[in-house]
Amino acid sequence: MMGNTACAEGAIAAGCEFAAGYPITPATEIATRLAERLPRVGGVFLQMEDEISSIAAIIGASWTGKKVMTATSGPGISLMLENIGFAIGVETPCVIVNVQRGAPTTGMPTAGVCGDMVQPRRGSHGDYEIIALCPASPQEMFEHTLLAFNFAEKYRTPVFVLSDAFVGHMREEVLIPEPGKIPIAHRKIPAVGMDPQKVQGFLDENVAPMPIFGKGFRSHVTSSCHDEYGKRNLSDLAALDNFVRKLCNKILSHKRDIVMVEGDYEGAEVVLVSYGAVSRAARMAADRAREEGLPVGTLRLITPWPFPGEEVGEMAKKAKKVIVLENNLGQLYPFIKAEAAHYSEVFFLPPRVIGEIHDPENILKQIREVLK
Amino acid sequence: MTEIVHPLHRFIRPHVTSTTNCPGCGNGIAAQAILRAIDELGMTLDDFVFVTGIGCSAWIPSPFFDVDVLHTTHGRPIAFALGIKMGLPEKKVVVTSGDGDLAAIGGNHLIHNARRNIEMTVICLNNRIYGMTGGQAAPTTPLGLKTATTPYGTFENPFDISELVIAAGATFVARWTTYHPRQLTAWIKKAIQKKGFSFIEVITQCPVQYGRKTGSGSAVEMLREYKERSISVKEAAGLPKEKIQGRIVVGELVDKEAPEMLEEINRMRKRASGEKT
Repeated sequence: MMGNTACAEGAIAAGCEFAAGYPITPATEIATRLAERLPRVGGVFLQMEDEISSIAAIIGASWTGKKVMTATSGPGISLMLENIGFAIGVETPCVIVNVQRGAPTTGMPTAGVCGDMVQPRRGSHGDYEIIALCPASPQEMFEHTLLAFNFAEKYRTPVFVLSDAFVGHMREEVLIPEPGKIPIAHRKIPAVGMDPQKVQGFLDENVAPMPIFGKGFRSHVTSSCHDEYGKRNLSDLAALDNFVRKLCNKILSHKRDIVMVEGDYEGAEVVLVSYGAVSRAARMAADRAREEGLPVGTLRLITPWPFPGEEVGEMAKKAKKVIVLENNLGQLYPFIKAEAAHYSEVFFLPPRVIGEIHDPENILKQIREVLK
Repeated sequence: MTEIVHPLHRFIRPHVTSTTNCPGCGNGIAAQAILRAIDELGMTLDDFVFVTGIGCSAWIPSPFFDVDVLHTTHGRPIAFALGIKMGLPEKKVVVTSGDGDLAAIGGNHLIHNARRNIEMTVICLNNRIYGMTGGQAAPTTPLGLKTATTPYGTFENPFDISELVIAAGATFVARWTTYHPRQLTAWIKKAIQKKGFSFIEVITQCPVQYGRKTGSGSAVEMLREYKERSISVKEAAGLPKEKIQGRIVVGELVDKEAPEMLEEINRMRKRASGEKT
């Protein structure tokens, strides 16, 4: 199954009922699959006039209690960013898939380049935190999309699936578990019938119940600075401080539950740090290096955001040399280096040609180089 | 002594005690017309979801109406409202928005949802200026008027928003001014009941920004001007174009039938699951 198709299947398995999007290479197959699948489960895919309205429509539908998603590529995310900030501000569960392509600007649509790695974290204005997952295979396109829905529901926040054209268009076997065996999360909502004046539907570090529309909560939902009841406050800086910190801490104080890495570096002197499609090349290079008797391990970041700083630091304490591999000119490298450089020497290995997956032989060469 | 309470007070959010509107603003007239329409239809606010964008028009229901309100980003309320209607097809979804929201930054969502003919009501508070940010020219500001960003007079042709949505396919369009609160109420009632995309344009006064910057005077002077310049659709229909130049054509501009999007989606769902339609 193609990675993008598996992504759509993951959404269906998670209980997605509404999706909206705009055609864009290399993400379009997600939309076409959803357009085929959703109506049969009582849902719908809407092709919108642009990406701005796509994200707006899914946020609106999420406020009615539906599980929602959109899928696009870098240019689409650029257009969505204002409303992604809105979704964060009013704590709206939604899944945003970015099948990254050659960039900047219109770039090269069919090239797989992880060039938008920091965009979900810093693209919209202001301080905020985000959850993002980085699949490396069609199987993970299914699993991470499902997981993204569950995180979105649990933490009432937009969650990114940061794929790329390689993984999106890759075809591999995908195992889809039986419906009963898939863990599905649902957002909390306040008790129906309670006094609307008493509903605290916002700004709880442990996630406030979502006062969705149509249930009599008479919710006032504004992305302007507000308090725990949703009441707007545009003059008190203490209210702004509370607004920003609570939203950030809602994610940061649950890092232990959210952050996922895959480490295989016991006894390794050199650790290859990577994510997404590149982690497959890193794996292969590490295996070959070990065959040669070289002490090489790997660390794969499954969730680039919230950033797995502690996990990177822990690895760096055990390694002597860290090689960061990315299919870009070093987007997560500064973040990794900031955590690892206290303990070990950190190198960055860009792809030989941007858009080309690292050649394991080339990685091996670099390993031998740093081990000299 | 019995306490005297405004009959529409029950529609106001309990913690709200004051308005954010400037003295003389037309928002209050429009807010009353909306609430009266709902009241006269025998409906409650729980039958509705209100959606707003950014601008003074947003502050009609947000936070004042005691109902589910989504106060969204600039220009995008109709796109958010579309998603809400998808999730709650049984609710009446009403967007209150302004000419900046709808005719400038959000023009695309306005025309596309008129084209879709999705059942919702969009009430456009057209004050022909950016009020909240301090009196800048809008795509609706008449040619030649002085505003904060056109100190020597505007040099662009304005949009006629109602004509725009009619051309885009809206099935119900009416225009009134804040001088016509009773008619406004009556046509909001019709709009709410319309099975399709309904659009109400309210020409409204912004004495603080439009009045001062363009020299149109106080709220009372602006309302007097609306009274004098208004001409009914029927009357205007019999006149040559040059005779209605500079007049405000008020009344019902369109009421027609077209396939409504939610009904079409339900038909599509049946086709998708192999049922005969």
